[in-house]
Amino acid sequence: MTTELSTSLPTDHSRAVADGAHSHGLVPEASRAARLTSFDPADFPVPTGREEEWRFSPMDRLAPLFDAAGEGLREGGVQVTVVNPPEVGVEIVGRDDPRLGSVGRPGDRTAVTAWHGFTDATIVTVPPQTVASSATSVRVEGLDRTGEPTAAHLMVHAGELSEAVVVIDHVGAATLTETVEIQADDGAHLTVVSIQDWEPGSVHAAAHRLSVGRDATVKHVVVTLGGDVVRITPDAGFTGEGGDVQALGLYFADADQHQEHRLFIDHNQPSCRSRVTYKGALQGDGARTVWVGDVLIQAHAEGTDTYELNRNLVLTDGARADSVPNLEIETGEIEGAGHASATGRFDDEQLFYLMSRGVHEIDARRLVVRGFFAELIGQVGVPEVEERLLAAIEDELAASMAALEGER
Amino acid sequence: MSTLEIRDLHVSVETKEGAKPILRGVDLTIASGQTHAIMGPNGSGKSTLAYSLAGHPKYQITGGEVRLDGQDVLAMSVDERARAGMFLAMQYPVEVPGVSVSNFLRTAKTALDGEAPALRHWVKDVKTAMERLRMDPAFADRSVNEGFSGGEKKRHEILQMELLKPKIAILDETDSGLDVDALRIVSEGINRVREGGEVGVMLITHYTRILRYVQPDFVHVFVDGRIAEEGGPELAEQLEAEGYDRFLAPA
Ligand SMILES: Nc1ncnc2c1ncn2[C@@H]1O[C@H](COP(=O)(O)OP(=O)(O)OP(=O)(O)O)[C@@H](O)[C@H]1O
Ligand SMILES: [Mg+2]
Repeated sequence: MTTELSTSLPTDHSRAVADGAHSHGLVPEASRAARLTSFDPADFPVPTGREEEWRFSPMDRLAPLFDAAGEGLREGGVQVTVVNPPEVGVEIVGRDDPRLGSVGRPGDRTAVTAWHGFTDATIVTVPPQTVASSATSVRVEGLDRTGEPTAAHLMVHAGELSEAVVVIDHVGAATLTETVEIQADDGAHLTVVSIQDWEPGSVHAAAHRLSVGRDATVKHVVVTLGGDVVRITPDAGFTGEGGDVQALGLYFADADQHQEHRLFIDHNQPSCRSRVTYKGALQGDGARTVWVGDVLIQAHAEGTDTYELNRNLVLTDGARADSVPNLEIETGEIEGAGHASATGRFDDEQLFYLMSRGVHEIDARRLVVRGFFAELIGQVGVPEVEERLLAAIEDELAASMAALEGER
Repeated sequence: MSTLEIRDLHVSVETKEGAKPILRGVDLTIASGQTHAIMGPNGSGKSTLAYSLAGHPKYQITGGEVRLDGQDVLAMSVDERARAGMFLAMQYPVEVPGVSVSNFLRTAKTALDGEAPALRHWVKDVKTAMERLRMDPAFADRSVNEGFSGGEKKRHEILQMELLKPKIAILDETDSGLDVDALRIVSEGINRVREGGEVGVMLITHYTRILRYVQPDFVHVFVDGRIAEEGGPELAEQLEAEGYDRFLAPA
């Protein structure tokens, strides 16, 4: 299947063609390479829930973001505040800014409604050769408790050989569909952390699109804690050889939360590397997580080195984790390709071992859960974020421990 | 002085076919300063006894009682038993990913004492104990038992015994899988704890070679879920020479 760029918008998307999804002649229908990407809403009818990419999702709760009536989404449901070091540029631009939309195209209904729903976008730019002296903080605060859908668009652009850390924080209450474009030019070292810590009642869909330049390194970290429904779809592709993507994810779902992370790493250039590590814990009735990791190694992507891992720790009855790794390999000339996925119950043997040394049950559980996430958190490499993650896990555990105490 | 009294202990495990009795009336008294060796064929219930005393949830107590200085051990939770002074060195120690040995030891010590140990002394104690057990200092930063060899796991168990100073220590096949040097090193560790005369030891083993280093005061032959015969150290030699045949087939 060939994907055509068809948009009526007065925007220059020529680079989107160069950087975006490629067309293939001989791939099976189910191949990730055949998945449509487009700026045209007509290409993504309102999903029914039977589609591959929506089959795990709570369609009723996401419905407001589908904009079934085609009226467009409301403005101003979120407020974006950026705190940046002096070397890093921040602009608020209109939707006709030619840079927007240059990192790939929407891949599903909520991504296309996000693209058509915003008026102003925020662009964070790290100039070439520049090393940011501190992390840039982007705060996306939801101001809406009425459930009215809104859209937002962010772009992070790291110039050649630059180095920067950008932390995007989603807080408050919102019903939001969002695009995050991440472009790392040749030789850049960029870390982008996106934290979803919404208030209850919030619904959030986000399409993260990453473009990784020659010899560039991008660390993409997703942390999902709060919000009724959060569905994040990070898509990464390369524009030159030697690119490196490390995708890290940590999520903690409580009762009735739905947290879905669908990744796609497109090895569309030779000699690139990708590492995906997502770990989640679930507790409480109706806690639900979905992880899908698609990796495509295209025929000409020789020397690819990829590995993806997902682990889930189910702390209580009534919670459910789905984990679906997919690896498509179109060339045998690769460095390595693998995946691992496991979902386990809380290990009572570990609990017994710790308790048999006198450790109280509550502390033993804490140790095990902290231990489950410890290595992942250590890989984030941003001390402020690491501390926040540890604290967030403590908070989550405090809630479940209170429930445990109550049972006594 | 402490005393652990096991009286007519009956224990079952849950199986698909229903409860299966494993221990069928165990009687044993262990006092501080004493070392009791338990020997018996595979599957006779030795580990079941050890785990039941530690409170593993898999085992159902169907009869009897266990008292430590008069306190009802069976009514206690797993952690309460440890805080009362019980310690089990496991036959198969459990891996706990992401929890470092040093964090684990400090957490356990804090839980047992009810307060955090004075840091300077504690760090020194851990370092010294590790040196004496010939454990590389790098183990302190590794995850508990993760990727440890069989022998390293056993040393780590004895390291805990030395640092946590239990009243009653149950050592389930601590000698299995140790090479000759490791056996001596681990035995010396056990003996250092015994020297104080304050610990009572239940030493479960298949081999007399550890008993040459850690001399028992009593040897118990464990067969089919109960103690079939008791004697002194000479009984161990006799078992090694003759095997368990005379206990298995009725005379
Ligand atoms: N879940 C279970 N279902 C059935 N039988 C069980 C179960 N758990 C334990 N058993 C049985 O209980 C018996 C006692 O096991 P235990 O581990 O206590 O033996 P042991 O004396 O320690 O043996 P070894 O010397 O091999 O360590 C064994 O026959 C074992 O198969
Ligand atoms: Mg055993």
